Amino acid sequence: MAPSHAGSTRATAGLVDDRSGAPTFESAGGDWSDIAEEAARLGEERIVVNMGPQHPSTHGVLRLMLEIDGETVTEARAGIGYLHTGIEKNMEYRTWTQGVTFCTRMDYLAPLFQETAYCLAVEKLLGITDDVPERATVIRVLMMELNRISSHLVCLATGGNELGATTIMTLGFTAREEILKVKELVTGLRMNHAYIRPGGVVQDIPPGALDTVREALGMVRGYMGQLQDLMLANPIFRARLVGVGHLNLSACMALGITGPVLRSTGLPYDVRKAAPYCGYETYDFDVPTSTDSDAYSRVVLRIEECYQSMRIVDQCLERLQAMGPGPVMVADKKVAWPAQLAIGSDGMGNSLDHIREIMGSSMEALIHHFKLVTEGFSVPPGQVYQSVEAPRGELLVHLVSDGGTRPYRAHFRDPSFNNLQAVSMMCEGGQVADVVVAVASLDPVMGGVDR
Amino acid sequence: MTDDAPTTPGPGAKAPGGGPSSAPDAGPAAPQGTAPPATRVDASPVESDAVVHAEVERAQQGQAPPGPDRGGRDPLEVIDVRTGMFGAADGGDTSGYGGLVRTIALPGASERPYGGWFDEAVDVLAEVLDEGPGFDAAIEKVVVDRGELTLYVVPAHLVAVSRVLRDDPDLRFELSMGVSGVHYPHETGRELHVVIHLVSVTHSHRLRVEVAVPDAHPHVPSTTSVYPTHDWHERETWDFFGIVFDGHPALARIEMPDDWPGHPQRKDYPLGGIPVEYKGATVPPVDNRRAYS
Repeated sequence: MAPSHAGSTRATAGLVDDRSGAPTFESAGGDWSDIAEEAARLGEERIVVNMGPQHPSTHGVLRLMLEIDGETVTEARAGIGYLHTGIEKNMEYRTWTQGVTFCTRMDYLAPLFQETAYCLAVEKLLGITDDVPERATVIRVLMMELNRISSHLVCLATGGNELGATTIMTLGFTAREEILKVKELVTGLRMNHAYIRPGGVVQDIPPGALDTVREALGMVRGYMGQLQDLMLANPIFRARLVGVGHLNLSACMALGITGPVLRSTGLPYDVRKAAPYCGYETYDFDVPTSTDSDAYSRVVLRIEECYQSMRIVDQCLERLQAMGPGPVMVADKKVAWPAQLAIGSDGMGNSLDHIREIMGSSMEALIHHFKLVTEGFSVPPGQVYQSVEAPRGELLVHLVSDGGTRPYRAHFRDPSFNNLQAVSMMCEGGQVADVVVAVASLDPVMGGVDR
Repeated sequence: MTDDAPTTPGPGAKAPGGGPSSAPDAGPAAPQGTAPPATRVDASPVESDAVVHAEVERAQQGQAPPGPDRGGRDPLEVIDVRTGMFGAADGGDTSGYGGLVRTIALPGASERPYGGWFDEAVDVLAEVLDEGPGFDAAIEKVVVDRGELTLYVVPAHLVAVSRVLRDDPDLRFELSMGVSGVHYPHETGRELHVVIHLVSVTHSHRLRVEVAVPDAHPHVPSTTSVYPTHDWHERETWDFFGIVFDGHPALARIEMPDDWPGHPQRKDYPLGGIPVEYKGATVPPVDNRRAYS
């Protein structure tokens, strides 16, 4: 090791890492050729690359610390926390109903799953699970499955984009747009819906929405076909993905990996089948699996899951058509939001009938409205968990109530948070370029990871 | 990592940016820095923690539940005692409800039969544990509430119990949903709870394992040797609650910056909101507003 010369301009500082004894190279100032020259002279190929947190292929603000030897990754570590917003803490200071508005913003690509999981947990705490109207449950399933398709489409689109396949990205996002239009029609918003509330959903689907969903599904089917044509038999795509990001079944179980990554190892574990909620046991659908355990099989599985979700959506449409209009919120006036929403000349607000009642005829109704909206409803003390199958794996909500009008503790076990632990096992020993593919096959969403 | 961990050492075992500064302080992890001590942010109308503790003791004496007393602990989880009705702590008792005292308790220990597969699972667990530390010594109590089974485990035996739950063919809780915490500042001597949710894919069962430790000695053995997935989850629980997991390979902060003082999910940690002024009147930050519970 050459001692560093004071005063001379050096690209490499020639410092020695205290623990491993390996020389450390600094790339600040100077020329890359100098670094390469000194590295070659020392016979050291090992460098540490900090990938992210601002990097287009890390799905947001994921930071990857890669120790590479030539082109081979010898050590990969993930650093998170750059998008921590304290949602769980904030939920402790808002009413149970307001909590929906917070948790929908965690995993911003799968907002309806967080809303449903949270509301199912609140209903379990209240003991009103069986009182939720059938229509509300079917609407929840419909919206969740549409959300699953749109989330998987983003995964496929960004995964393709990271390989340089811009057409895959534009196709995926165009297809997602069709679903976002449906979500906007039903909930009023493209993201962060706060549509599913404890006791049901905030309002019924608007007239004509069933036909809109059918049309959108037709469009999405067309785009999915094009996506498959572009991806599945494409030799470049296959060369980048087949055999990359391998993670076997025992590793998945040890690391708690769920979702498409687990199913790519051959285990058909899906919460919709294992611990059904929202009446999933009454729907006809399959859980696709593969035994290849690699990034390519996860792409295939996500496409398969989109088609299975379309099957469920079709069944939801049939049921909604057959049952006709009905309540979408529990009958208990102590829980159900008092106001019915309506479109007025100045946008959406409380319906005129409701305003007429509380302002003109019933002071008690006004008091009730005021108390329920400002104070909220009380939930008996205790704790519950509720799992749902989110697009990225099992989403578990743990809620604790102290008998008050606000959650005492709300914890979301986000699948992305857990699945990111697999980055080391999937990337170490592979090429640097495969890191991008492996991380994309995990499909982490940092909003959910950091919460 | 013990040798029988089902896979290679947990990922992220080397903490990013982990240095001496990020190592957990071993002492009592009182919230440092910005957190004012003993200020209940949810506006409990009682004046000080001492009053609360006295009332908790009274409530516990008054409402001793039936059933065996395991390990000298009171099975009733009194988490708070509230007075009044409308959350107003200042001013006189204009409502007439000021003298109301309510004890808030989580569901206590359940009596057999628990129902469903719970009895059989607890029997199997007892049978295996009696070969080792003993069921009564390891399990504080069994709670069945809202169709969910919760095992309260003595901290010292957490790893042994986890191992049995994972390895016994009749239990086989092979998939863990991770670790989180709950802070009950009024539950004297058991302020910090560690909650673990386990899934048995084999038997399609789910249960919750809960461990309670005092705030003064917040140490729980790490279960990363049994469930490697707990690596990040335990780091998160340390980060948010200040619970130290002894034996964790690198217990560094994970969500908050490495040099962050305090543990934000604790109840005595303020939100840090600012009052909103509107035409001369001010609305306090959300954690200082009146609470109705």
